Amino acid sequence: MNKIILIIKREYLTRVKKKSFVIMTLLGPLLMAGLMLVPIWLATKDKDMQRIEVVDETKAFINQFENTNELEFTHEFRSIADAKADLYDSKYTSILYIKKTDKEPEVEMYYKKQPGFSTVNKIENTIEDVMRNIELNAKYKITKEQLAEIQPNISVKAISINAEGEEESKNIGISTALGFGGAIMIYFFIFMFGVQVMRGVIEEKTNRIVEIIISSVKPFQLMMGKIAGIALVGLTQFLLWIVLTGIIYTVIIGAFGVDEAAMQTTQTEQILNDVNPKLSSPHPYQDIIDGIESIPITQILISFLFYFIAGYLLYGALFAAIGSAVDSEADTQQFMLPITIPLIFSFVVAQTVMDNPDGTLAFWLSMVPLTSPVIMMVRIPFGGVETWELLLSIALLIAGFIGTTWVAGKIYRTGILMYGKKVTYKELWKWLFFKG
Amino acid sequence: MDLLHVKRVYKSYADHKALHNLSLHVKEQSIFGLLGPNGAGKTTLIRIINQITGPDKGEIIFAKEKLAPKHIAQIGYLPEERGLYKKMKVGEQAIYLAQLKGMDKGEAKYKLKQWFEKFEIDNWWDKKIEELSKGMAQKVQFITTVLHEPKLLILDEPFSGFDPINTNLIKKEILELREKGSTIIFSTHNMESVEEICDDIALINKSKKILDGNVTEIKEAFKSNVFEIVFVGNMIAFSNALWTAFELLESKNVNGRMHVKVRANKPSDMNELIKTIVQDVQIISVNEITPSMNDIFIQKVQEVMPETLEEITSENNN
Repeated sequence: MNKIILIIKREYLTRVKKKSFVIMTLLGPLLMAGLMLVPIWLATKDKDMQRIEVVDETKAFINQFENTNELEFTHEFRSIADAKADLYDSKYTSILYIKKTDKEPEVEMYYKKQPGFSTVNKIENTIEDVMRNIELNAKYKITKEQLAEIQPNISVKAISINAEGEEESKNIGISTALGFGGAIMIYFFIFMFGVQVMRGVIEEKTNRIVEIIISSVKPFQLMMGKIAGIALVGLTQFLLWIVLTGIIYTVIIGAFGVDEAAMQTTQTEQILNDVNPKLSSPHPYQDIIDGIESIPITQILISFLFYFIAGYLLYGALFAAIGSAVDSEADTQQFMLPITIPLIFSFVVAQTVMDNPDGTLAFWLSMVPLTSPVIMMVRIPFGGVETWELLLSIALLIAGFIGTTWVAGKIYRTGILMYGKKVTYKELWKWLFFKG
Repeated sequence: MDLLHVKRVYKSYADHKALHNLSLHVKEQSIFGLLGPNGAGKTTLIRIINQITGPDKGEIIFAKEKLAPKHIAQIGYLPEERGLYKKMKVGEQAIYLAQLKGMDKGEAKYKLKQWFEKFEIDNWWDKKIEELSKGMAQKVQFITTVLHEPKLLILDEPFSGFDPINTNLIKKEILELREKGSTIIFSTHNMESVEEICDDIALINKSKKILDGNVTEIKEAFKSNVFEIVFVGNMIAFSNALWTAFELLESKNVNGRMHVKVRANKPSDMNELIKTIVQDVQIISVNEITPSMNDIFIQKVQEVMPETLEEITSENNN
């Protein structure tokens, strides 16, 4: 046991002292902070104004357009030919040409710079609104003000009732963001540190030091020491990231005096808009508060820690086995693909799972040890995971990594002394049965 | 006392037999040469002694006990394919490896400093292995092998990669270590070193032991009664003097002196030979040619072994 600790210490210290570790530790939070702060900074800046000249042949739209902080509508009361001729020299970014026809007016837009999809959308919506108002007024004598009074503004509040009859309101958006975030983190961490294990094994094999070491310790001890040591490196990096991100976040908020409330709102809006525009709601701030309060934060953090460690142990053992079977990193390709497919798969279906977090697909994928680290982390923020499900998933994952460790141990033991042979799966299978 | 007793060890890998009924004894505080052509099974035997792999049949007795994990601390191993962590510093690495062998950290550091002083390499402590030349790295590796003061040292081709000066240095160290109580097994193709420092040897070929024993005794046994004589005189007179007692093998004239080789037809000693020729020629020197370990190696390995002979005969008869 002592010897494993010696090995863990060495594996840990050599990696933590490396320059690349320090750089990654500093870079990570900077990137995270950047990702969080830059969109906000952009949002609070003045956006590009669209100055639209309206050429209205129907004359029905005069004073109907409301200017927003992105769109400015001006009627110049001249012909479309004049407007077009003038466009490039004028201050206008585009011309809105409302042609009079017998039926509904035709609308064309001439622009200097292609407007974005959302701008065109906004313009379309605005025109539709205006037209509706005009019609209502003309046919039914309803003014804009009267319309605003009767316009309902509903946002559906999702409240879950659990078995005990407790009610909790959830914000789907936050859950999604957290689920996705958790999935990404687990995926990347497992991959990143799993590959480090593999590289370490290959290094020891190619520089031949492995022969001396296994004259001092059993191959299994060396393998476990390496896996555990690198796990600690991963945890250290993760914890440092959290701490540093927190510090940078607080410092920058303090330095720029950004209104924290506004920031949280815009921030979440940004994320939600990016993920799925349907998710942004009309009352973002209140929903966020409710949403945050309803998220089982402790459950999430503890689960994250567990699934990260257990998932890494499961895959780390497999990476160790691959490393021991080859002579150089170039040869790892044929083995890496099958091992990483479940991991990639779980990442790819994460979106589907988020649409139906308690459905059959989600349930089974959160149980199978190869996919559960990612998928369970996606499910948990949605709050639908029962305790028994969590326990079962955990138990299966533990059994999973014990299994892969056993298999890896057998392969490792033989592989590290074998050189020059191009190893196939058939060969690996035989190694499982070699005597110690 | 035997420090190591290999008792009828068998080991096969999936596709071939590595060791077949191999037995040998290594006396305490001796230097033992493990010889044999490539692929004979030496490395397999070495790995079994180091408990890297286990025998299929047979056992190893270490200091009167069955070989067990606790003996790891008492064995030092220098593998033929050298290697250390490239990016780790020399001092740190040597201490780590000694700790893995069970040595206490403080003691390892202390002893390491002594070795560095002895080899005059104090300034290498904080260098990374990749910063050293091959010869320097090998020196470091030798130190890591002996740092924990093992009772049994197993060195696989210890001199390969060393220039003549460092080869001498290592030879000296091996002898010193023996004086201090260590037993050394070394496997090599360098027959000169075997003659120089080995007490006993074992020759392995194709998974079997084909020769073992004390070096001096073996050379005695392989003596073929050949003498080399340098004289000044008449060749015909010399030949006549030999008469039937000796057979002339070869002769050449070197700067007026005759250099000849003769074989005694019956076991004779030098005095008899001298008596035979002293009247007829002016003797400059007489030497009995004892076979070199190199010659013995070649002779034995090329010999067809009795068991193999049986196999061939029975194959022919079928």
